[in-house]
Amino acid sequence: MTLLQPATRPTRLVDLFEYGLDAPICLTWELTYACNLSCVHCLSSSGRRDPRELTTAEAKAVIDELQRMQVFYVNIGGGEPTVRPDFWELVDYATDHQVGVKFSTNGVKISPEVARRLTASDYVDVQISLDGATAEVNDHVRGPGSYDTALRAMQNLFDAGFEGFKISVVCTRQNICQLDEFKAIADRFKAQLRLTRLRPSGRGADVWDELHPLPEQQRELYDWLVLHGEEVLTGDSFFHLSAFGGALPGLNLCGAGRVVCLIDPIGDVYACPFAIHEEFLAGNVRSPGGFQTVWKTSELFLRLRNPQNGGACSSCAFFDSCKGGCMAAKFFTGLPIDGPDPECVQGYGEQLLKNRPQKGGLPQPSDDHSHRTTRAPRPVPITLSVRRVDRPPVSACAEDPLAGFEPVR
Amino acid sequence: MSSIDLDTAWDLHPKVSVRPEPFGALLYHFGTRRLSFLKDRTLLSVVQGLAAAPTVRAACAAAGIDDHDLPRYHRALGVLADSSMVIERHQ
Repeated sequence: MTLLQPATRPTRLVDLFEYGLDAPICLTWELTYACNLSCVHCLSSSGRRDPRELTTAEAKAVIDELQRMQVFYVNIGGGEPTVRPDFWELVDYATDHQVGVKFSTNGVKISPEVARRLTASDYVDVQISLDGATAEVNDHVRGPGSYDTALRAMQNLFDAGFEGFKISVVCTRQNICQLDEFKAIADRFKAQLRLTRLRPSGRGADVWDELHPLPEQQRELYDWLVLHGEEVLTGDSFFHLSAFGGALPGLNLCGAGRVVCLIDPIGDVYACPFAIHEEFLAGNVRSPGGFQTVWKTSELFLRLRNPQNGGACSSCAFFDSCKGGCMAAKFFTGLPIDGPDPECVQGYGEQLLKNRPQKGGLPQPSDDHSHRTTRAPRPVPITLSVRRVDRPPVSACAEDPLAGFEPVR
Repeated sequence: MSSIDLDTAWDLHPKVSVRPEPFGALLYHFGTRRLSFLKDRTLLSVVQGLAAAPTVRAACAAAGIDDHDLPRYHRALGVLADSSMVIERHQ
């Protein structure tokens, strides 16, 4: 990302973006709630297809609109988008209409043949999800076999000569000690590492207490990000960490409704991919005027396009860099929107979390498409964080990241 | 940062898309998948005028840039050249 300002005005881009743009820069479009996996932290609670999902024709109409609005590219996700029978048709339609596609996948459909096809297009980028640098750590969160599936997809892309695809990692308590290993995997496949923040959204809310990084791991992550700078992508995920010191590369702004938004599989438009809840629902692409009208006139979006109210954070010396953190993270952990982030590195969020309502009182996602018959009954029986007090914290040891854990089988 | 010769002809890279915004414009390069922000409408006019102008200097003059401001725009175009957003045009 480059920023060009020949004029002498001291205006920062982030200050301009607070008032929103004519069209999103970064639009996430979840094509389906269907998924072959049941990741315990899925932010869209995906699993089963929704019968109301947009048809091929409706999806193409959305692409036409994105072309008119000059949305340069969409981040397609799900669910697992590639399981939609018309997935490749929609990708071709988008790229034929000057809408670039970056899609997130667990790799299930990235065969050698598909990899070769993807390599041939300038307008398609691929992002493979991997939440552990080893099968043990990854599969505990993403399910048995998912590590091998992801690695096979990476190998196929590498063999086809697709350089610079993305490996997308959700940073958790269990994998922060593997950052160098993730980087080594990315280097091995000539891919680029992308690290994002675990949000307490969707099923992520159920496991957030056990998976979100510990305070000292946040410091470790921040230092690692500072060290690796622009060679590692973050999707502007970690701006709440900038209160540790200097700002990280990126806009460092909550872009919800300003520069980003989400279109979900049934056409609902939300302020951001981490906020699938009616509180953040702006409209639906099927309504008259379509997506453009929602983007330009939704009452919610217009409200979000104002400088953030610091609330309880106003007097904090770091408010200007962290802006109070992530709106969705606050909302789904039951904290006030105009207060500190639950993972506030100054520790203000932790204090509030201690006094928050019991689980039952927390906001629930609008819709749950989780598989009904899978390995992930609720509450999710993840035991990764059951740490024995007589062992050092995982982040401090360079050995097996599961050292100290006794996963219950 | 490279410096481009003001007396040569330039153009937007064919894989670059330009989206005007109230504050200036967004540029996206489909080949490099990089985004640039122009925080200035005048710079946008220069960039859009490159294709039709015989030289960069002429494109700047057409956008109303005087000698005093020219060095700043010259530098900005150098940055755009570095990221392949603009490329030299050979007649």
